[in-house]
Order: sequence, then C-alpha cells, then structure tokens
Amino acid sequence: MGMTMTQKILAAHAGLSQVKAGQLIEAELDLVLGNDITSPVAIKEMEKFDKDTIFHKDKIALVMDHFIPNKDIKSAENCKCCRDFASKHEISNYFDVGQMGIEHALLPEKGLVVAGDAVIGADSHTCTYGALGAFSTGVGSTDMAAGMVTGKAWFKVPTAIKFELVGKPSKWVSGKDVILHIIGMIGVDGALYKSMEFSGEGIRNLSMDDRFTICNMAIEAGGKNGIFPVDDLCIEYIKDHSKRDFKIFEADADAEYEAVYTIDLSKLEPTVSFPHLPENTRTIGSFDEIKVDQSVIGSCTNGRLDDMRIAAAVMKGQKVAKNVRCIVIPATQEIYLQSMREGLLEIFIEAGAVVSTPTCGPCLGGYMGILAAGERCISTTNRNFVGRMGHVDSEVYLASPAVAAASAITGYISAPEELGL
Amino acid sequence: MNACGSVFKYGDNVDTDVIIPARYLNITDGNELAKHCMEDIDKDFVSNVKNGDIIVANKNFGCGSSREHAPLVIKCAGISCVIAETFARIFYRNAINIGLPIIECPEAARAIQAGDEVMVDFDSGMITNKTTGESFEGQAFPPFMQEIISAGGLFPYINKKK
Ligand code: SF4
Repeated sequence: MGMTMTQKILAAHAGLSQVKAGQLIEAELDLVLGNDITSPVAIKEMEKFDKDTIFHKDKIALVMDHFIPNKDIKSAENCKCCRDFASKHEISNYFDVGQMGIEHALLPEKGLVVAGDAVIGADSHTCTYGALGAFSTGVGSTDMAAGMVTGKAWFKVPTAIKFELVGKPSKWVSGKDVILHIIGMIGVDGALYKSMEFSGEGIRNLSMDDRFTICNMAIEAGGKNGIFPVDDLCIEYIKDHSKRDFKIFEADADAEYEAVYTIDLSKLEPTVSFPHLPENTRTIGSFDEIKVDQSVIGSCTNGRLDDMRIAAAVMKGQKVAKNVRCIVIPATQEIYLQSMREGLLEIFIEAGAVVSTPTCGPCLGGYMGILAAGERCISTTNRNFVGRMGHVDSEVYLASPAVAAASAITGYISAPEELGL
Repeated sequence: MNACGSVFKYGDNVDTDVIIPARYLNITDGNELAKHCMEDIDKDFVSNVKNGDIIVANKNFGCGSSREHAPLVIKCAGISCVIAETFARIFYRNAINIGLPIIECPEAARAIQAGDEVMVDFDSGMITNKTTGESFEGQAFPPFMQEIISAGGLFPYINKKK
C-alpha cells in the first residue's frame, strides 16, 4: 500500500522502508525547537533527571519571542534560564533580543528547516514548516526535553486528509482566507490526529508566505501537521535561505486518504473567524457592521513580508479610524528591515498605526495590545478563544492582513474593496 | 490503578487558554499556576475542587497551544483523571508525558453529569458512574503508553531504558 508524503518522511526518519497509519515509531529529529515559555519547563525537567547532555548543539533552536523584550521580572528570569542553558551547552541557534523573530517566521528565514526534515517544537504552530515539504509538529516541554537529550521522538503514524487546490485566488484573497475557509468547513477537530496534505495545480498560485500561513493553522483544525509538495518555488526558497542538503518526498499515487476535498481558490472570498472559535467563519458581506477597537497585523501566521506589503498597500495614504488602535508587528528583524527599506513602515506610521519590534505580544494576550472588557479586535493571528487577547469579555475576530488593514481604516470589519481598492 | 471522585463537567473544545490563561505563563511552578486553573470558564473550579476529583468533557479537550502547563495545572489542582469524547493531540501527548491519566470514551463523556461520583479503572478502561450505576468501556492505553505512565512520565521512562 502506498504512503502519504508525511508517512514517507516519518518512515525515512525511523529507518523503516514502510510505515502504516496507527503504527508507533521512534523517529530521528533534524531540529528541536523551544521558546521562552516552553523551554524553561523543558530545561527544568532535564535538570531534575540528571540528563544534562544534549544530542547536538546545532540541532536545537531556542527562540525568545513570546514575552520579549521582557515584559516583567518573571519573563526576564525565564529568558535568563534559556540564555544560561544555551551558553552552557554552546547551542548555536539561540535567538535573543536583536536577532530574534517569532520562531515560525524565523526558522525558515534562517534556513534551519529544509524539505524532508523531521522537526518537533514545543510550540503548537511548529506545523508551519510543512510549507517547506518537511514534517514538523508541535509537542510539549517534556517531549522537547526528551528530544534535546536523545534527538528522537515517538510518533503515532497519522492518517491524512488531502486538499486538492485548484484555480487562482482573487486580488485580496490570500493564504489566510484559504485556511480559514478550510477550518470553517471541517471544524476545529476536523483533522484531529491527522496530516493535512495539500496538492493540486492551484498551489502554484500561492506564494511561500501563503503556504506558511496555511500550514501554520493546521493545528487550528486539530491537525498533526500540514504539508505542501516541494515545487520550484519552494526549492528556490530553500536554496536562498539554507546551505543544507534537502530531500524531496512525494506521496505515492496509491496513498490512502481519509477524505479528499477539492477547493477552488478562485471562489474564495475574504473570510473572518468570529469569536470564540476559529471554525466560526463567515465571509465579508454576509454580516452587518461590526465595529472594532483594535487591529493587530502580525504573528507567526501573518507577520511576514507579503503580509506587510499587503497591509501597506491597503493603508497607503489612509488614516486609521478614530478610536481604533492599529498595531503592526513584523515577525522578524529581517522582515522589519526590509519593510523599512520598502517604505512600508512609513506608510503604517503615517496612517496612525504603531510598529512594534518582533514579538508574539498581543497574539496570546501577553502584552503590547491587551484588550479591556467589551473590546473587540480584528487580528491576523490564529486563535480567538475566550480571553486569548485579554479580558474574558473581549472578542477577537481572525482575518487576513488585507481585512485587518482595511478594518483599521474604516473602523469596522471590512474588505479592501470598501476603500475603493 | 484507579481514580475515584466527583465530576466537573465541561463542553466541546475546552482550550488551553481557558485551562491556564497565557497571562500566567510567566509562572513555572505548577502549584502556584494551579490557582488559576480553569478560571476563565469556571471561576469556582479552584475553590470547589477536591483531591481525586474528575473532569469530564466533550470533544477536542485541550485544543490550542502546546503548553504543558495545561495538563500540569489540572494535575496539580488535584484532578485524578480527565474523561473526554476526544482530546486534542498535543494535550494527549503532554498528559501522558507528565503522567496525568486521561481516557477517551464518547458514551461516558455524554452521559456523566456534573457532581456524579465516578470511578475509573485504568488497566481495563472501565468507567463506572456510582451515582447512576451505569458503566462504560473506555479505551485503555496501548502498552507503550502504559509503560510511560507507569514509569511516571516520559523522562523516568527514558532514564530507565538507558
Ligand atoms: S505569534 Fe502567537 S501563535 Fe505564533 S508562536 Fe507567538 S503566541 Fe504562538
């Protein structure tokens, strides 16, 4: 029987020629990732058990991104714990203030993940790297600790759902609308324990940044991972960012899928997830005016260069509506710098938005844009659970950078078309 | 191994943000964190929970972030077992890795009500509702996972193997 793309990568990393869905395997890892929230827990776990050795100093990445520059004493102590650990073990991929970025934007940019890799990260959005044709999945701190010590992790080989993408999205429709549409269709547990494998000719109409956004939110459908086939665009991206060898895996023609969905990208419309679940999706035009107090453009989902360019294209020459706070957060230093060179930051600031140093910040209700009771935010982030961005009585609506930017200008949830764009 | 206690009941998609809100994630001590367990959906949970009590929920329990703080605060709050229709996958892994017993059983998850006295036998997967007399067959862990749990979590398990 044939294997899916994910199953092939897992088999190769387990030293097996064949794996079957449901099989428990132990796989060799190419990279183990942690951040300033999850790594301290993993480090303490390691120390508790006297396993104070790591498997490879170049195959561990520690990214300080959630609460930094440190928002308080406790977060400063957590970062210090990571910093000391990284220096003690001479971990080469430790990223702190000045070099850091949001982990899932940073790692591909630094060339730390390439096609064919198997990666675990103590962060649920580790599934982002599937855009590069890698198997990557989120785990907890104990798995991270075990991964740092042994270079291995246990997995149950997943079944898969295939999404056949056809057609070309219209002007203001992006990867975010594709994945919100899918989550709305299959639900927040629609891909529970499964791989989400994307295929079809429509893929060539999606930029790498679109693909990162799509894989990033596989977890919001419950998925174990999301993965794209490796095409010329992907190879070009990998060669531009990494010197490492990569390996292309393709699904077998007779691979088994639990379900196959065809999605016509040309039919998609700007999509918004209503509170308090990513699956509560509606398209713009199908609901009445919803006023917003804040617009956040950033995060590991939509803080990349494409996102900055789209938001700037919408906000150029416009002014953020009175009573709306618009917060733009380029995801990495490199994206920040490039946005500056292209004049995007100037557009944001002239429009009345603020531009923040890279950080997760408000995405998880950490800092830099917390909501009060009764407030409403349109956000390019990935979760709109109760209390996610602040008070339990606040609301988060998820959307693309185009919609978040347009809404910042009009003051209510809007598509760029409402600005005559 | 058994668990026995009274039940706190929740619905679908209980996410890690309500199990332990991110605003507390700068705290790493489990017992201190546990003071905020479930506070965004059930502010009385912490004052009412007794050692050994059981959480019963519907679909996709623990969805959202990978924070291990979520199963950890539940364990530190004194919960002896979580029964759900299904669990989100990272939560499932994390619970096993830190030694919080969990069990999937859609029938039990739907039938059991808040306040019921429930007993769980982990070896067989049997769940008994002592209040109503009903019993349900939950899914026992595969042997590999049972080994991790009986070793006390993933790290002691790895230590033992070496
Ligand atoms: S940006 Fe948000 S979702 Fe992404 S890693 Fe940071 S907190 Fe998590």
